[in-house]
Amino acid sequence: MTDKIQKIKIAVASGKGGTGKTFVATNLFYAMQHANLPATIVDCDAEEPNVHLFISGSLEKSFEITQKVPVIDEGMCTHCGRCHDYCTYNAIFHVPSMHVIKVMEDLCHGCGACFVACNDNAISEKQSLLGTVSRYAVDATHALVEGRTKVGVYSSVKVIKSSIAEADADPFVLFDSPPGTSCPFIQTANLADFVVLVTEPTPFGLSDLKQSVETLREMNKPLGVIVNRAGIGNRDVYDYLGKMNLPLLMEIPFSREIALAYSKGKLISAIDQLWLEKFQDLYKTLIQQSWK
Amino acid sequence: MEVAVISGKGGTGKSSVVASLASISKNILLADCDVDAANQYLLFQPNHSEEEVFVSGQKAEINYDVCTQCGKCIDYCEFGAISEVNGRVEISEISCDGCRLCERICPVNAISMLDNDKSRLYSGTFRYGHMVYGRLAPGEENSGRLVSLVREKAKEIAKENKYEVILYDGPPGIGCPVISTITGIDKVIIVTEPTLSGKHDLERALETVFHFRIYAMVVINKYDLNAEMTEEIKQYCATMNVPVVALLPYEPVVTEAMVNGKSYVEYAPESIVSKNTLNIWKNIQNEIK
Repeated sequence: MTDKIQKIKIAVASGKGGTGKTFVATNLFYAMQHANLPATIVDCDAEEPNVHLFISGSLEKSFEITQKVPVIDEGMCTHCGRCHDYCTYNAIFHVPSMHVIKVMEDLCHGCGACFVACNDNAISEKQSLLGTVSRYAVDATHALVEGRTKVGVYSSVKVIKSSIAEADADPFVLFDSPPGTSCPFIQTANLADFVVLVTEPTPFGLSDLKQSVETLREMNKPLGVIVNRAGIGNRDVYDYLGKMNLPLLMEIPFSREIALAYSKGKLISAIDQLWLEKFQDLYKTLIQQSWK
Repeated sequence: MEVAVISGKGGTGKSSVVASLASISKNILLADCDVDAANQYLLFQPNHSEEEVFVSGQKAEINYDVCTQCGKCIDYCEFGAISEVNGRVEISEISCDGCRLCERICPVNAISMLDNDKSRLYSGTFRYGHMVYGRLAPGEENSGRLVSLVREKAKEIAKENKYEVILYDGPPGIGCPVISTITGIDKVIIVTEPTLSGKHDLERALETVFHFRIYAMVVINKYDLNAEMTEEIKQYCATMNVPVVALLPYEPVVTEAMVNGKSYVEYAPESIVSKNTLNIWKNIQNEIK
């Protein structure tokens, strides 16, 4: 069924945390649901997934994401130190004089170099849990896919990639991205056709927006900007958008009504017809922008 | 003593609170561990007396004059970073984790590693003491290691200059850079907000802090935006034996201060938010004594 239409993936992101990514992504999703347009929302903020607080569905499936880590058989180990030398992540602790060798599972990236390094068959593998991916059906044509890392796990990248892969067959996919401009963000943005950056008109917001724009320009990703809490701060963000020729997709004024609805886990488009229409317009703008 | 301010959820006002705590202290070592989006330097304009290059990792590169297109590296790469594109073996810079396995197993030595060297570690002085901060170049990895270097540098300078408190502005989330920020420190202050998301993220942040056995206290920012949720968070904290050390109201002076390049304690010392922030500082001071 999905082969006959164009598949679109849009990432909603921001350099600075708390600018309203989840607010935009969940309201957009609701507006599409209301207009009978199929959509899947993927919560890629696997360290702190929050979309489920606003959108609920029935659990369709859930699976664990694991990574292989080495197990060293101390009886077979000759303490040659090759695995320690091969490990770029300092995940193998080795004191040859004391015959101590230990795997620091937290630091392991699962690259497999130590398996190749060992000439004594002393290393076998086991799976270590990184997190889970769950798919919830909201209705027949709408779904929520959530990535959630296990607390204490260093990198969310594999869980994020698996969450996005889970929604790969769906026609219209929205990513609620992790904040920042490092690995988790890059992996999410890399798999999107278009990136929506949500910012706020303050010096911190602008500084972080610049960093995100630089990163995305380097990746050749088309992007647009939403200014949230418009009215606070100053006009510097708008000057920057003009200078960089970046489309301003939407402005959301600071209002206690919106803040209160959000704080209770409610969607403003479900409460206020005006906002429903604004997010439906945003959808149309995004479809056009993704085409370019 | 090392104190870190983290938040789980982004945008709760953590950096504004940190800037005000630094202003109250008048004499502090302030280190910005949010290396992805460092902001303290915007307010305090420190002089960078020192700048160091941080190599965040490496990326593999193929020398096509030597490569025989055997594809062995494709089979070995666990990150799916190497594939055949239009009949040629290519490495995706974005997916490469820099593990060096392809370089090691290539039968003809066609792969070499290039340093990612655009990130920086800065240190210098500002109006209330010394500041250390890292800036991770866009798209680069290993923010956790850069955070560790920020902390090492901070401790070194604190020792030389006899600072009692090192204050860390932490990154959002609960992943690698946050773990690097809080590992082995004395106290964590979590700044949350009275929203469902704020509460949910606070729970995960606390779980992380407990995992590393660190003493935590909580600040509820913009507490008056939802009084009911503030009560819920207070209740939750009570059941977890975590003290709520301050309730900060939503006040426009916080943003105005930022626009004017000041902390809110500097900009509006008589505001309620400033007065209540004093209480957080008192709690930190009590810990020193």
